[in-house]
Amino acid sequence: MKCRKCNTNAVINMRHHKLALCGEHYGEWFLAQTDRAIEKYKMFKRDERVLVAVSGGKDSLSLWDALLWLGYPADGLYIGLGINAPAPYSDVSLDKTRQFVNSEQWAVNSGADSQFAIRNFVPTLHVVDVQETYGRTIPQIAQEKNRGHGKPCSSCGLTKRYVMNRLALEKGYTVLATGHNLDDEAAVLFQNTLRWQTQYLARQAPTLPASREGLIKKVKPFVRFYERETATYALVRGIDYIYDECPHAVGNLTNFYKTLLNQLEANSPGAKLSFYLEFLRARGEGVFEGFNREETLHACQVCGQPTTAPGKCAFCRMWDVGSVVQ
Amino acid sequence: MPITFRDKTYEIKPGITARDAIKKIGMEPEAVLVIVNGKLVTDDVVLRDGDQVKLVAVVSGGGSA
Repeated sequence: MKCRKCNTNAVINMRHHKLALCGEHYGEWFLAQTDRAIEKYKMFKRDERVLVAVSGGKDSLSLWDALLWLGYPADGLYIGLGINAPAPYSDVSLDKTRQFVNSEQWAVNSGADSQFAIRNFVPTLHVVDVQETYGRTIPQIAQEKNRGHGKPCSSCGLTKRYVMNRLALEKGYTVLATGHNLDDEAAVLFQNTLRWQTQYLARQAPTLPASREGLIKKVKPFVRFYERETATYALVRGIDYIYDECPHAVGNLTNFYKTLLNQLEANSPGAKLSFYLEFLRARGEGVFEGFNREETLHACQVCGQPTTAPGKCAFCRMWDVGSVVQ
Repeated sequence: MPITFRDKTYEIKPGITARDAIKKIGMEPEAVLVIVNGKLVTDDVVLRDGDQVKLVAVVSGGGSA
């Protein structure tokens, strides 16, 4: 298959767009689409301080790379979860993240002849190691608290959301960007639709504004890209990311829904894209507005972060933070 | 001819497209990228005897935060 623009060998065929592109033209297309999504969903402006949540995977490193290439002054946040059994997943993912920022690949991207050049900007990588900060790894706290039916994923999600929000606000960022792609969003949408979780449906969006004090604005600039498109960008750009999945994510429900949606996509190209975009259209028309209950938020008595119940927030309860302080 | 995916190797007869080869080994074409002789290619490429074929999973990293 040939590139539509230059007739050389294509590296990707996006059947849902009826578009095949070579590496060079794919990189250009990908960046233009990223910038378009940032503008369309009112994510952030060029002078805002953006913090990218990076995991060492293809999505987050590609997002950081793309934002720097597009001229956004974006820093990174890596959260060390201590998931190192049976394989050293966390250690390797931190290495990949450090390699990316130390390689100055982003500096090559923003060279002087680039129209997107960022002048004199050197991105910072913030690293928060959960064990160093809170005394235990994610698998340890999950086992100790008996959360998640033998899987640490709920403890992990709660901890990551808390640390990302807190660090972003403490360091003065105005927006937190995550690498969620369309497959991630379609799988969550599918799961919430199967269960008619209307409150979750009402809250699923590419941009979640900082609607309350103490909550950072969250954005997902890659929501219109298929997972294979972010992986292709990473390979085309030569980004060395961690290929393996988190050992605890293997076989989880989200991946099962992704497999189902990919089977649908194989027979009906564009099914995933239209499923998600038509949901966004319906949401934009207010279909789910009545389900978005405005909850009263309280300040956690230990850390001050917003929480739905008076007293300690879920994070401080799980990590026994108050008892350590007292 | 061998096709590698992570730590596994599959034997496939040459002369078919990468997409058909992926289906033959029981994988979903949407879920992998194809690298032939070190180059990323589209899955309509016909695999020839002697090609070095590697599949890369598009899923990686952890769960959604």
